[in-house]
Amino acid sequence: MNPSPSAAIHLQGLSHWYGVGSTRRQVLQGVDLHVEAGEVVLLTGPSGCGKTTLLTLVGALRQVQEGTVAVLGQQLRGAGRRERQRLRRSIGMIFQGHNLLRCLSAEQNVQMGADLLHGFSYRQRRDQARDWLRAVGLGDELHKLPHDLSGGQKQRVAIARALAARPRLLLADEPTAALDSRTGREVVELLQSLAREQGCAVLMVTHDPRILDIADRLVRMEDGRLSDANAEVLAAQAGG
Amino acid sequence: MPTPAAGRITGFWRRRRIPLAWLLLTRQPMRLAVALAGIAFAGILMFMQLGFRDGLFEASVTIHKLFDTDVVLLSPRTTSSIGMASFPRRRLVQTLADPDVVSMSPVNWNLLLWRNPEARTTRSILTLGFEPDDPIFLDPTISLQATLLQDRGRVLFDERSRPEFGPIASWLRQGRTVETEVAGQRIRVAGLVALGPSFGADGNMITSRETYFRLMPTSPPGSIELGLVRLRPGANPEAVVARLRRELPADVRVLTKAGFEELEKTYWRTSTAIGFIFTLGAGMGFVVGCVIVYQILYSDVSDHLPEYATLMAMGYRLPPCWGWWVARAFCWRCWDTFRPTWLVRVCMPSCEAAPGCRWLWIQVEPFWSSA
Repeated sequence: MNPSPSAAIHLQGLSHWYGVGSTRRQVLQGVDLHVEAGEVVLLTGPSGCGKTTLLTLVGALRQVQEGTVAVLGQQLRGAGRRERQRLRRSIGMIFQGHNLLRCLSAEQNVQMGADLLHGFSYRQRRDQARDWLRAVGLGDELHKLPHDLSGGQKQRVAIARALAARPRLLLADEPTAALDSRTGREVVELLQSLAREQGCAVLMVTHDPRILDIADRLVRMEDGRLSDANAEVLAAQAGG
Repeated sequence: MPTPAAGRITGFWRRRRIPLAWLLLTRQPMRLAVALAGIAFAGILMFMQLGFRDGLFEASVTIHKLFDTDVVLLSPRTTSSIGMASFPRRRLVQTLADPDVVSMSPVNWNLLLWRNPEARTTRSILTLGFEPDDPIFLDPTISLQATLLQDRGRVLFDERSRPEFGPIASWLRQGRTVETEVAGQRIRVAGLVALGPSFGADGNMITSRETYFRLMPTSPPGSIELGLVRLRPGANPEAVVARLRRELPADVRVLTKAGFEELEKTYWRTSTAIGFIFTLGAGMGFVVGCVIVYQILYSDVSDHLPEYATLMAMGYRLPPCWGWWVARAFCWRCWDTFRPTWLVRVCMPSCEAAPGCRWLWIQVEPFWSSA
């Protein structure tokens, strides 16, 4: 099957191994996944089942070993360093830790994302950064350093930074892991609504059962294989 | 959401980015200060060693530089200023046959024992004997003083000699008659000159050849240690040296003034422990400096690695990352390594063996004495 041009992610028979020789271990075993543009997909599963590996492969941070990976219409298998770097500009990433630059203020951190855009003046990019921070509810904290922000605020800055580069695909690796349940819920809802506005697809890895209902689709991963699961069933399982 | 600017944006404003390199430096002032101190130390260490080394070699030719000469004659057995061998004076006279040679001056050169007139201890002093009428020094004030040497048993003492030779200069300025003993003979200090101690000699005195032979009765009157040959203006010293080498027998060595200085430097560099130690010191300083700088950069980069990785994941290219890194390294260099080390680099050679550089001498002296 050829990926449709509108597909954000198209994976077919994706396998991945770590290590060499006798320590070689397969972490992904023929994964097939299709995410349409604008779709919000949540990926759950026990730890060590290969979720983060999948995310880094889709994010063009790792070389594809076997299988087909097409992200935003670009084939990643055998893609060079430069092509992957270009593609990464269209992919926003939010990590488990916020990974903000400690030496930059919230506004400057977000502008590091906006700086990837072409055709804007410095002032425009700075204004965009401010708009994004207001959109995530941090309009009053523009000039604070990450050090002075709370965990939830930092994660919101990270979201603003990822969105400031106007990605067409957003990858999030347990963005709520370091947050309490209420803050986590807020952050994810914010993420979902902003991504919707931008028509940006979201692939989010999470362990957090309280946020499963924001997904258009839930995908469960176990031992390197995917199984589509019914959201309500999973939510019910988590709740019960 | 804003859209790309409708109007034209100038190149600068479009290219302008967050000045990450600068912010990385300035937002951690403590760390910056520590890094600066570390790199400054490494730089000073390296350049100080190099400065010491250069200072040593420069200081070894203090006297050589003072001679007004184009070509010199030496004995082939001469190794350095502390091991001057003699050769027949007539070889020097023979050089007058060359059409480019204008004049020549014989110089006797030896280390003699000087008795400190106050403490009565003895110490080696470099003694130069020349004809008082010959202007052998570039400095005309020395030649003026040289008339004082026409009386027998008179010497001119180098006021920049080490204090171990006695308070000669201050006594003379007080108007006292200073008499002491050199090589077991009574001499009188007729005046002061400023030559400066070299690496091979702690002090200098100059005298007439007549007095010199009185102090060195065993040395035959027709022998000299150094022959100074002055050429007519515009003559090429290299060509004259080549001619003289061809015409003179092998019992004499002909060198240009630069070659004479180089001979001395080469001796200290290659034939003594001290030259080796200083070269080794410079090498060690370089290695230690590299290690310090590497450690500072390494700890800094590894400290920021997750942040750099984030930038890469966001789609920044590696070269800009290297650019930030290099910019930071460069900022450090500019701010810091350059200035103090340049100071050391410029000052050290000029310190030479001047009184201000006692410390170097304290370090060096044990090696020198045993050399």
